Amino acid sequence: MSEKKKVVEQVDVVVIGAGHAGCEAALACARLGLRTVIFTMSVDAIALMPCNPSVGGSSKGHLVRELDALGGEMGRVIDRTFIQSRMLNVSKGPAVHSLRAQADKAAYSREMRRVLEETPNLYIRQSEIMEILTEEDRISGVVIRSGMVYECRACILCTGTYLRAKCIYGDVETYTGPNGLEAANHLTESLKAHGIRMMRFKTGTPARADGRTIDYSKMTEQKGDERVVPFSFETDPESVQKEQASCWLTYTNEETHRIIRENLDRSPLYSGVIEGTGPRYCPSIEDKVVRFADKDRHQVFIEPEGLSTNEMYIGGMSSSLPDDVQRAMYRTVPGLENMEIVKNAYAIEYDCIDPSQLKATLEFKNIAGLFGGGQINGSSGYEEAAAQGLLAGINAAMYCLGKEPLVIDRSEAYLGVLVDDLVTKENTEPYRMMTSRAEYRLLLRQDNADLRLTEKGYRAGLISEERWQKLCRKKEMIEAETERVNRAMVGATKEVQLFMDEHETPRLKSGCSVAELIRRPELDYEALSPIDPDRPSLPADVCEQVNINIKYEGYIERQRRQVEQFKKLEKRQIPGDIDYSAIAGLRIEARQKLDKFRPASVGQASRISGVSPADISVLLVWLQANAGKKEDINDREL
Amino acid sequence: MVQDTIAAISTAVSEAGIGIVRVSGPDAVCAADGIFRTPKGRRILQSVPSHTIHYGYIFDGDETVDEVLVSVMRAPRSFTAEDTVEINCHGGILATRRVLETVLAAGVRPAEPGEFTKRAFLNGRIDLSQAEAVGLLISAKNEYALKNSVSQLKGSVLEAVRGLRGQILLEIARIEAALDDPEHYSLDGVPEALKEKIGVWEGQLKKLIDSAHDGRMITEGIRTVIVGRPNAGKSSLMNYLAGADCSIVTEVAGTTRDVLTQTVNLRGITLLLTDTAGIRDTEDRVEKIGVERARENARNADLLLYVVDSSAPLDENDKEIMELLRESGTPALVLLNKTDLEAATTGEMLKAALYENGLAGQEVLPVSLTTGNGLSQAEEMITQIVYGGRLQVSEGLTITSVRQKNLLVSARESLLKTSKSIELNMPEDFLTIDMMDACEALGDITGEHAGEDLVNEIFSKFCMGK
Repeated sequence: MSEKKKVVEQVDVVVIGAGHAGCEAALACARLGLRTVIFTMSVDAIALMPCNPSVGGSSKGHLVRELDALGGEMGRVIDRTFIQSRMLNVSKGPAVHSLRAQADKAAYSREMRRVLEETPNLYIRQSEIMEILTEEDRISGVVIRSGMVYECRACILCTGTYLRAKCIYGDVETYTGPNGLEAANHLTESLKAHGIRMMRFKTGTPARADGRTIDYSKMTEQKGDERVVPFSFETDPESVQKEQASCWLTYTNEETHRIIRENLDRSPLYSGVIEGTGPRYCPSIEDKVVRFADKDRHQVFIEPEGLSTNEMYIGGMSSSLPDDVQRAMYRTVPGLENMEIVKNAYAIEYDCIDPSQLKATLEFKNIAGLFGGGQINGSSGYEEAAAQGLLAGINAAMYCLGKEPLVIDRSEAYLGVLVDDLVTKENTEPYRMMTSRAEYRLLLRQDNADLRLTEKGYRAGLISEERWQKLCRKKEMIEAETERVNRAMVGATKEVQLFMDEHETPRLKSGCSVAELIRRPELDYEALSPIDPDRPSLPADVCEQVNINIKYEGYIERQRRQVEQFKKLEKRQIPGDIDYSAIAGLRIEARQKLDKFRPASVGQASRISGVSPADISVLLVWLQANAGKKEDINDREL
Repeated sequence: MVQDTIAAISTAVSEAGIGIVRVSGPDAVCAADGIFRTPKGRRILQSVPSHTIHYGYIFDGDETVDEVLVSVMRAPRSFTAEDTVEINCHGGILATRRVLETVLAAGVRPAEPGEFTKRAFLNGRIDLSQAEAVGLLISAKNEYALKNSVSQLKGSVLEAVRGLRGQILLEIARIEAALDDPEHYSLDGVPEALKEKIGVWEGQLKKLIDSAHDGRMITEGIRTVIVGRPNAGKSSLMNYLAGADCSIVTEVAGTTRDVLTQTVNLRGITLLLTDTAGIRDTEDRVEKIGVERARENARNADLLLYVVDSSAPLDENDKEIMELLRESGTPALVLLNKTDLEAATTGEMLKAALYENGLAGQEVLPVSLTTGNGLSQAEEMITQIVYGGRLQVSEGLTITSVRQKNLLVSARESLLKTSKSIELNMPEDFLTIDMMDACEALGDITGEHAGEDLVNEIFSKFCMGK
């Protein structure tokens, strides 16, 4: 024990880490009036994108929009720093349309740092955190590298991939974080000492090439959309129409695969050097070649890292093979024959927590005031990190302010699905958001993220009155117009029948409502404007909502009913001190699982693997019997 | 209290000749009203007072399903404290099943094991101090149902349903992988190919559903067929089993005089007992039809009781029956009858003959239906065969319970919806909604639950890039 008098600083909130989760967490707390300090290993690495140079994509784009509706920053920053943007899946249903933007990495990082620096109550400090301090199962402060103590009321862990990080390629192992940055080697021990269970995960990144050594003429150019849609509901759509950079598509071939196969014995993945669990959804190229041996080629996307650099990201070919093998394999790809590597591909291993220790608020169950956000919770991806960081930040602030925490459930947002999956399921690999994970995805569209979540952001205090009022007006317009098209009739006039012929849809037998016509596969809201004379002039986003609501009404209604059922079990709370071993009729496996996850509601309990519907019945019976003993028999609806 | 409406057969159908279908929940009266008519053809149930009983018929469309007594009990004065209708069916086991199916077709959900008791408890009809007992009961009923449904489904049905579910899941994964990774996977031509596959799956489901209407085993009874040449004592065995120790539930006449089926309750087991016309070579045309049917019955049986006349030598007919036993592989009990008379066929001789016909190890029990010798042992052995797990679903694809059939029907409907959506050119992400429903319904039969299955399927079958 050091006898030196410790220098003590007092703040409300400490955020450990300034990646995508940390930045959102710190901004939320500071904006809600709390004195907040954000720690980073290097101020030059704030909001760093150490892997792919893009934001959004399938389901991740949804997260960014949701975060924006809740008052997060990522959407606004990418709108100012993107260099190409595309809406993916436009030929499919509206629920899976997904926005993705290529970022100018340096600009993104700089812009986010500027936002942090300009935010009142927010202070940036460069230091490793050595320990967390607690008093009576409550967070009380952190100790930084120098020994100085920052006392705090809440602390948010956003350590990303830095905890005991190790980068590996071939037989080279360096004890560094991403991009050669210093690793944080001390905090893990302190977390363990506080009873937190840790896991070790792995991920990887491909090489960066010198753009001057790439022959783009052998690749397919991929341009951005002609009309760009911004991420943020606050961004003026006109402000994002600009000249865009291109990405390029090429393919691996048999020769690439041969080189990889012949050198597999030199891969640390197969030799056993790597112990962490890697994600199945972004396999290294050697993984792809081994696991999908029947595929004779894999796509390779060449993406610019920014406008101020000629570094190019070689998407689809992450690897931990030795440097010389990497060089040889990349050079088999058409257009990369003379490629010079700027940064080689590598795998990275890091410590993260077992997220079953978290509540749906992202607060630790056993340490009040301590929260986790981002990759430390076992997730993967900038967007997943940012969204969790925001939620953890809001809840840390609510905790400090003594207000109700914000819980977002699976029926409200992808963010709700993400958090629920993390805290309720056994995660054995870094968790990536996927559209197939959202069972109510028809309701959770990127186009209605503002309608779903702005109110929550407003109540939390992160959405301005003006933005809130604007949203309320939008809602009213949608409702009024939906009602109008349901009532407005179209007669079977000659002009109308001609219109039907033109659109190759059957003629009308008699008059029908505009809504009925919107539902026809050949027609939509916009197309019907010539035969809908009473139509008011409305903003495009309002028309879009009316169209979707009516066109897919049957399916949407079905999911709404499912959500009602879902909500009933979600509302049914389980007391925190429940003793599962005392409940007769629960199977042993169910007892163990329930005790491990300690779900907050019957709904959450029902999603734990190993808990059967019969166990849930038994649990409900027990809860009913015990509710009878208490005063608050709130809601007996099941 | 907002809940859905559930239904189940609430009595052991074997007892007292009456099966009760109980319907509970907010739509109970409405659902029953839709299918019940008085003898004068009127719909009355919605307007009758609580706690009254009504005589009439259950209809499936225009077809009469059964003659019934229906009691209506309105909330909260019923066992579950919900609106409850009890339909007392008189037509025996098959009719009771059909009544339940008709109720389910009206939009009612099959009850989970122990669900009526659970509702009664949750609605305050059972003392809170009984919580533990109720919990144990739910748990035990589920264990039992699970065990039975698994044993019922052993073999081809389980394989068929699993196979179908796997194929559907793969196609869902194909679409979902493309939605999650649109730059790596294209969906060009996928809906068209899917439509064809659905045509095949839908046909397979239809076959399964058709095979389910004469489903049996445990919940509805074990199809037990008595075989033996004429005068071996088959009818006496039938009468004995259906006699004092058993209760006759009903008589479902076969289409001819030659096959007679009775439902009997033997030490708690429900047997669907069929006496066949003696199996023997015959030239008589009418009788020939009966013999054919007897053979078919024996082939479709879950359990065979083979009666041998010990007072006469074994003949060609016995040889043929043994062949039938061997071919079908159905568990059998061989009863060497008439041991009170002088033996022309001894136990040793019979065993040797069985051995010769590929039935080595087949149990033989000497009995006398006249004196009653060995009969309680016979009962004992039948129970052993049933509880010993030797019974298999004998007829290929036979789905046994109403619940399972209901799930098959709903899986098929979901597939047909998917097909319809493809015709309407709906975007691919809508297709997987109905396919997922189909997948879940089939998973409920096989005990597999989607959840992580889909994500695992996507990762294992499709190379997701980054």
